[in-house]
Amino acid sequence: MTDILKIEDETVPRFPKHVKFRHNKARDEWVILAPERLVNLDQIAVEILKMVDGEKKVKEISAELSKKFNAPEETIISDVKEMLQDLSDKGFIEEKNG
Amino acid sequence: MDDVKKTNLKKASEHGIQAPLALLAELSHRCPLQCPYCSNPVQLEKKTGELTTDEWKSVIDQAVEMGMHQIHLSGGEPTVRHDLEDIIEHCNKQGLYTNLITSGVLLNLDRLKKLESLGLEHVQLSFQDTDNENADRIGGFKGGHSKKLEVAKWVREVELPLTCNCVVHRQNIDNLENFIQMALDLDAERVEIAQVQYYGWALKNRAAFIPTPEQLDHATEIVEKARVDLKGKLVIDYVIPDYYAKHPKNCMGGWGRRFLNMNPKGDVLPCHAAETIPHLKFDNVREKSLKWIWENSEAFNIYRGTDWMPDPCKSCDRKEIDWGGCRCQAMALTGDAKNTDPACSISPLHNEIFSMAAEEAKRAPPEFIYRRYGVRFNSPI
Repeated sequence: MTDILKIEDETVPRFPKHVKFRHNKARDEWVILAPERLVNLDQIAVEILKMVDGEKKVKEISAELSKKFNAPEETIISDVKEMLQDLSDKGFIEEKNG
Repeated sequence: MDDVKKTNLKKASEHGIQAPLALLAELSHRCPLQCPYCSNPVQLEKKTGELTTDEWKSVIDQAVEMGMHQIHLSGGEPTVRHDLEDIIEHCNKQGLYTNLITSGVLLNLDRLKKLESLGLEHVQLSFQDTDNENADRIGGFKGGHSKKLEVAKWVREVELPLTCNCVVHRQNIDNLENFIQMALDLDAERVEIAQVQYYGWALKNRAAFIPTPEQLDHATEIVEKARVDLKGKLVIDYVIPDYYAKHPKNCMGGWGRRFLNMNPKGDVLPCHAAETIPHLKFDNVREKSLKWIWENSEAFNIYRGTDWMPDPCKSCDRKEIDWGGCRCQAMALTGDAKNTDPACSISPLHNEIFSMAAEEAKRAPPEFIYRRYGVRFNSPI
């Protein structure tokens, strides 16, 4: 594994190969799956993670969400960074080319 | 014996229990290793009784329909099955997160490549020690450790994530820092430091494995420090031997609440050790659907919830946290699966049993009783 990632505005987050963000049909819920790990997500987290595609930067994700939910961008970006940082610390998010 | 009135047992849905999260699939009890702490039952299933490929595929379909997220392909040694490829491909097609729990010694690079291409998502590789000679002695398999190191490299070569599963005990616990370093050197994502849990084979060998409280305290310090130092680099899961815990583990997240286990012949069990409780009758996927079994099987409903609990569990404010601890341990150590798990400091048997174990830890370790396929033990343990 790489060094500890600090999520910044310019970071391009993505899921590591072994981490799956999947929709469980029978339960109709989005979850993160990793080795012997299951992360249940609230609706906000799901909206953020749906944007994580290994292409968009944190600030681009935040800008889109800000438009979509008509919320101030500075609030959104701090929520996005906090959540991705937490997931990154647990090994569920990495940086593209990181 | 159990005096719970079986006709009055509440079903899963009546406890508000949803579908299980994951399936532990013991594809076979066959294994080239002979670890004396093996989690398999003392009575091992023969090859002829194992479920067929199609039967496993049907189980996988049913697991997905129920909403399960993950499957752990385990054993014995799951790679003894020549249809592992078909099974993994089917898991992937159905969207189950697919883990392979293996000793690794039967794998080669080509097969691993093939399994990865078919959708395998994670490999958990077991290690018996970091010291070559001692590892091979514990596993009862010459050349095993060096093969495992090679397999770990292959796992990373095919870009699969790796978990090192390290079962620790008094005969290797002094190498704990080396285990963590080995996981880092092998570029593992995760390391499981699991103290031996004492049922079945391990209980037979308890005196050979149980660490002293001092060894355990030292180990816990090492793990806590490493967790801080390696945050974001290596996930460390740590299981302490519950003989030295204040509260019992909430075994399996509560009996029949979150997980199910299938043995090689298709019996559906609330946990991998449940066959050590002699009065339980298990339903089989050859006769009933997985969904029906999860909802109705007596072996699940008998210890679901809290109605079955006697005191001190019944009046304990942790009863829905610990769920009474481990039924199999209660059975093994007290003779009644309903009793409070003696790992709990409130259990009336706690002091007697655990001071006995602590005494064992002070004496020289006896010879191992190896887990040998085909050996039958008929005497109570």
